Amino acid sequence: MKIFIPGDAGAVAVGADKVASELAAELARRGTQAEVVRTGSRGMFWLEPLVEIESEGRRIGFGPVTPGDVPAIAGAIVDGAGHPLALGPVEELPFLKAQTRLTFARCGITDPQSLADYRAHGGLKGLERAIGMTGAEIVEEVTASGLRGRGGAGFPTGIKWKTVLETVADAKYIVCNADEGDSGTFADRMIMEGDPFVLIEGMAIAGIAVGASYGYIYIRSEYPHAIKAMQRAIEAARSEGILGPRVGGSAHAFDMEVRVGAGAYVCGEETSLLESIEGKRGFVRAKPPLPAHKGLFGRPTVINNVLSLAAVPFILSEGGQTYADFGMGRSRGTMPIQLAGNIKHGGLFETPFGLTLGELVQDIGGGTASGRPVRAVQVGGPLGAYFPPSMFDLPFDYEAFAAADGLIGHAGIVVFDDTVDMAEMARFAMEFCEAESCGKCTPCRLGSTRGKEVIEKILAGDRVEAHIELLEDLCNTMRLGSLCALGGFTPYPVRSALRHFPEDFRARAVAAAE
Amino acid sequence: MNSTQSRPQAWSAEAVEAIVTKHKHRAGSALPILHDVQEAFGYVPSEAVPIIAAMLNISRADLYGTVSFYHDFKEKPAARPVVKLCRAEACQARGVASIAPLLEQDERIEVETVYCLGLCASGPSAMIGDKVFARLDETTIVKLADEALA
Repeated sequence: MKIFIPGDAGAVAVGADKVASELAAELARRGTQAEVVRTGSRGMFWLEPLVEIESEGRRIGFGPVTPGDVPAIAGAIVDGAGHPLALGPVEELPFLKAQTRLTFARCGITDPQSLADYRAHGGLKGLERAIGMTGAEIVEEVTASGLRGRGGAGFPTGIKWKTVLETVADAKYIVCNADEGDSGTFADRMIMEGDPFVLIEGMAIAGIAVGASYGYIYIRSEYPHAIKAMQRAIEAARSEGILGPRVGGSAHAFDMEVRVGAGAYVCGEETSLLESIEGKRGFVRAKPPLPAHKGLFGRPTVINNVLSLAAVPFILSEGGQTYADFGMGRSRGTMPIQLAGNIKHGGLFETPFGLTLGELVQDIGGGTASGRPVRAVQVGGPLGAYFPPSMFDLPFDYEAFAAADGLIGHAGIVVFDDTVDMAEMARFAMEFCEAESCGKCTPCRLGSTRGKEVIEKILAGDRVEAHIELLEDLCNTMRLGSLCALGGFTPYPVRSALRHFPEDFRARAVAAAE
Repeated sequence: MNSTQSRPQAWSAEAVEAIVTKHKHRAGSALPILHDVQEAFGYVPSEAVPIIAAMLNISRADLYGTVSFYHDFKEKPAARPVVKLCRAEACQARGVASIAPLLEQDERIEVETVYCLGLCASGPSAMIGDKVFARLDETTIVKLADEALA
């Protein structure tokens, strides 16, 4: 008998290790030998730890399972009886059934450390096809897919690759940005822990496409499980000849290593990340030169987010057009959306672009976990805008969000109920920027400090109208004058809180007057 | 990166040199070296900085700039076992502010703020060494102190 229990940090953090060991022991006591496979997570975090049993070619789920539930569940498994935590066939759960999983096709299903399992579930087909193509042909396929940078900026991946391909140099690099620091996001972590070979395959394809022979995955230190999973997978890929002097038996050389960040949010900014790999302070570089021309160690560098690179194997194996057939407008393909914060059904939901914010939060997410009304959602991390439920008809699309003075960023959606104080959230946005600013440019370094002080005055009811005007002016300076998105986008949460929730700011003046 | 709540060794020049020798062939080796130094001693001793700088052939000022930039590299050893508690937006939305004081009042440990552990659908969340904890509430958050001391 095969049992599947996630080894994903999101499952381990709620006791999956203990459930796995106790369930195996309990089944053995009942005379049933079970092989426990530690998979990635299916991304339904309210059901973790989720236990799946293989039965007649399907996987039957139980969740959320605590160690205390183990004896009864073992009994139900052995006797084929019912149990209150039984979920039926996992694939039929509405949250999974409603998804289109292209990037996350294997996550939660396969053994993430088994290259044989990866291959058996369609892995390496993209790389095999890429090996038979020229660099220009691979780049053309990626361009045709319409894939845009999944880290947040939304820059067309094909154009970035083309620039690196056409730049002549003695060395080129592929850098994967796995510094997933935005609150409300965990898709990169899930892929690295749940299907690390797809990222390795995507990076190898990128290397062949642009003529780079070495890659770095820069993972934040807050992700120890992902670091270990990637390191193990890289070793496995190397020993099987997927990485090394002859990638998959071809004439292409490509190898890679993991670099661990050191707790600096700003290192998720691409030029700061490159400085960090070089061993320096994570100071943001002025652009130009673009990293595609002068990136890591001064060489042409493809720097892409985990999700961008993990989308590439599908694009190569199934064709760019197949990927582009999903989505809306200029947002092609699927987006792994992360539902987080105070939400009933939080997790990973991969879907073509175009669902509305309301469908995601209310229909799929089931509203708040607290059962109170939704008051605000922040989309795109700490630098993303807050939206009220009155804007829930907004379609999930790069351009639609930009037109609504927001951004989809890395597609994290954090839900807040009606107990949230939006003036306090605006203050926090400035405080976060102050703590994480690299300090190179004045609008970000000083602007965030002054911004926090001004909002604290508003919170104290001190000359509220005058200080709101000052805050607007400061936001303008930060937006236009900052070197990178940290200072430049911190005004998004602040201004959206002011615009959509003015009562939380102005109530302070009333309170102070009384 | 701490593999567990590590028991740091006393710092020595020889141990620092061994760490540098292990990594110095790598391009941009400063961060891997500093991570190993932090893990070995529980902090980056100021006396280690000139040794590393000389071996990497970079200035002490540049290396000190790197050490002081990153939150992970500590200039002093932690006085008490550390619990890293996430205070980012998703954990705020799930009420970390109301339960954090229950842990913070425990004087046996130190509560360090981190922004995001990637457990945003199951907050509030925390990390001790490499161990992660989620769905914290009034009852479970206070147990983290014992976990950190164990």
